[in-house]
Amino acid sequence: MPFDLAFIWAGLIAFAVLAYVVLDGFDLGIGILFPFLRRGDQRDLAMNTVAPVWDGNETWLILGGGGLFAVFPLAYAVVMPALYAPIIAMLAGLIFRGVAFEYRWRTTRWKPVWDWAFFAGSVGAAFAQGIALGALVQGIDVAGRAYAGGRLDWLTPFSLLTGAALVVGYALLGATWLVMKTEGPVRDFAHRVAWFTAVAMLALIGVVSLITPFLDPVYLSRWFAWRPTLAFTLIVPALLAVAAWALFTGLARDRDRWPFLAAQSMFVLCYIGVGISFYPHIVPPSLTIWDAAAPDSSLAFTLVGAAILIPLILGYTAYAYWVFRGKIDAEAGYH
Amino acid sequence: MFGIEAIDLARFQFAFTVAFHIIFPAFSIGLASYLAVLNGMHLITKDDLYLRVFNYWKKIFAVAFGMGVVSGIVMSYQFGTNWSVFSDKTGPVLGPLMAYEVLSAFFLEAGFLGVMLFGRDKVGPGLHFFATVMVALGTLMSATWILSVNSWMQTPAGYGMNDVGQFVPEDWWQIVFNPSFPYRLIHMVLAAYLTTALVVAGTGGWHLLRGHDDAAARLMFSMAMWMLLVTAPLQILAGDEHGLNTLEYQPQKIMALEGHYESHPDGAPLILFGIPNPDEKRIDYAIEIPKLSSLILKRDLNAPLAGLDTIPDDEEPPVEIVFWSFRVMVGLGFAMLGLGLWGAVQRWRGRLYASRWLHRTSLVMGPMGFVAVVAGWVTTEVGRQPYTVYGLLRTTQSVSPIEASAVGASLLAFIVIYFAVFGAGTFYILRLMKRRPETAKGQIKEGPIRSAGITPAAGIDHTSSVSGE
Repeated sequence: MPFDLAFIWAGLIAFAVLAYVVLDGFDLGIGILFPFLRRGDQRDLAMNTVAPVWDGNETWLILGGGGLFAVFPLAYAVVMPALYAPIIAMLAGLIFRGVAFEYRWRTTRWKPVWDWAFFAGSVGAAFAQGIALGALVQGIDVAGRAYAGGRLDWLTPFSLLTGAALVVGYALLGATWLVMKTEGPVRDFAHRVAWFTAVAMLALIGVVSLITPFLDPVYLSRWFAWRPTLAFTLIVPALLAVAAWALFTGLARDRDRWPFLAAQSMFVLCYIGVGISFYPHIVPPSLTIWDAAAPDSSLAFTLVGAAILIPLILGYTAYAYWVFRGKIDAEAGYH
Repeated sequence: MFGIEAIDLARFQFAFTVAFHIIFPAFSIGLASYLAVLNGMHLITKDDLYLRVFNYWKKIFAVAFGMGVVSGIVMSYQFGTNWSVFSDKTGPVLGPLMAYEVLSAFFLEAGFLGVMLFGRDKVGPGLHFFATVMVALGTLMSATWILSVNSWMQTPAGYGMNDVGQFVPEDWWQIVFNPSFPYRLIHMVLAAYLTTALVVAGTGGWHLLRGHDDAAARLMFSMAMWMLLVTAPLQILAGDEHGLNTLEYQPQKIMALEGHYESHPDGAPLILFGIPNPDEKRIDYAIEIPKLSSLILKRDLNAPLAGLDTIPDDEEPPVEIVFWSFRVMVGLGFAMLGLGLWGAVQRWRGRLYASRWLHRTSLVMGPMGFVAVVAGWVTTEVGRQPYTVYGLLRTTQSVSPIEASAVGASLLAFIVIYFAVFGAGTFYILRLMKRRPETAKGQIKEGPIRSAGITPAAGIDHTSSVSGE
């Protein structure tokens, strides 16, 4: 085999999940901030900034799930039962917030109900995703080819912490997105929110990063053993500091695109950090990428499509963002 | 939990969520194509009428599509949560097909949906038409891949087994184009078109009945009647061919849906109605036409047909379910054909927009496409039991190692959520259909089909976006 297909696919799945976090994070974040916006015009404005693109954003989550099923079926078969409750909760949350995009325009009397569904669904989905991440980092019991743990293994103080961290993180993404895309009171509100969610997120990143290495000696050695990977231990936090500086500077100087890009960079860096902890496992601590991979013929067949279609997808996704680019003008409307 | 096992709950959960899910795509596949046609007609004729009807159905599409997306996400994770053993074993074969569905269909739909719904003013009519075609193409690609997956589970081909018990791909061409796939794909896409035609005809018929006899109501009613006339006979032909294919590859399913408990060496009767009696293994009170089943299935009045007495009891699908679901589907299929023919006769007599009984019947038939689709799915999926992968992997061997209480709790949650959420969505769709297509002004606050850049102030009646888009 000239290429290690399992390794390439691990990279592609990681990319799909990262794309999901980067793209859907901010529109979930808008849901999280929803109750703090004024009913009516402010909420409409905030939702309109993501209405044309949220559906495409969420498709990356389906690619994450479907892709896992395709190329790492064993990981899919182990992780889904292990994270049963958080996954079901996430799906329920996504249902409520997804339909709210359409429903809240279709009714006057029930609009507050769908506003609330949008908020609760977004918070629930974000919290459940964070819990799932925390539970995965903590490790999953595997015996043979099946999940061997109990039904509440996912529920620990650590996973609740990562759940909360993701809610705060997505709120930060949502706030900085609104700073970038809106003007007037919504932008000013988001600007204030961005300050304190950024501080809270940095604190939570710090706590999670301090706990993680002590969950499993493997993580500890990966981050602090004297070997080439040690460079990452220095580089990732350093870059995180740069991103944080850019975020606060952008906020202070009213450079309205900086905070969003900086917050996204922070997410990417955290994600790389998690990746460093995991590698070469896909389900820590038992299954490596190669244990879980489907046969090479499955990987190769799917890779052909991915190699052609993913660039195409990125192209027309970029086009859709381009069509709806720039600040939303709250005044211009009726034609 | 109350003596019910996790497997029963998991099965019911799958049946429940997939039955809801199938409804939305059945509608959105047909509606996306209809929207593309309307958009194209407007581009060619420059007649604003097409654009008005397009905008009318566009809003309905947006709500239906949203429901399809969220119920679809549930499906893509449910394989893993409730059917993890199935996922592990079939993942190498079915996973790539589903990955292709996501890559080639879901992204295409989602990527161009925003432009189609909100972007006409930003991109111009040409690109807007292109976006609409891409959405329609996406829905068809999605149907193609998922029906390939389903068909492989019914008629597996091109696989081997590895030493950990997984199905592994050997010939992708055979896997994708497995023996029942072409029949099932054609049958399902036609079903989606029929379902949509019935909904459009029902809506148009309702407006004509209410005296909203305007150009838009006439246009949608007329187009839908043409569509019915063309697709209903095609669907009956396709269904017949699909049945022959099933007889070849899944004979038990045919035995069960025909109600043939016994073998018929000299020509089998077509049982029109009767009460299946699974304990005694016979059809009580059967009304039957001698030898017709052999004629349909073998093209020969006297051809022998084997019955369920030739197969072991533990491989017998639940006759009492598929016997009925099959009759509902076929009966509705012929009713659709009848409606199409009636419409043609009235059109020929110049009474298409005047025949109130035709409009009333269209209204009653409006939702029947959904009923037929669900009945068809019940027939094919229940008829495949007791297997998930036909003849190879039993349903009882596919389930996750999850406790019954956990599956029960999630099932309960899904039931409550689905009825609340999709009930509300259906209500909103019906309310959108109630709006007059021609004027659409001043009836309800429309809500923007809001583009970024077009931000309605709260509470302002938003009709301008309808006429102005």
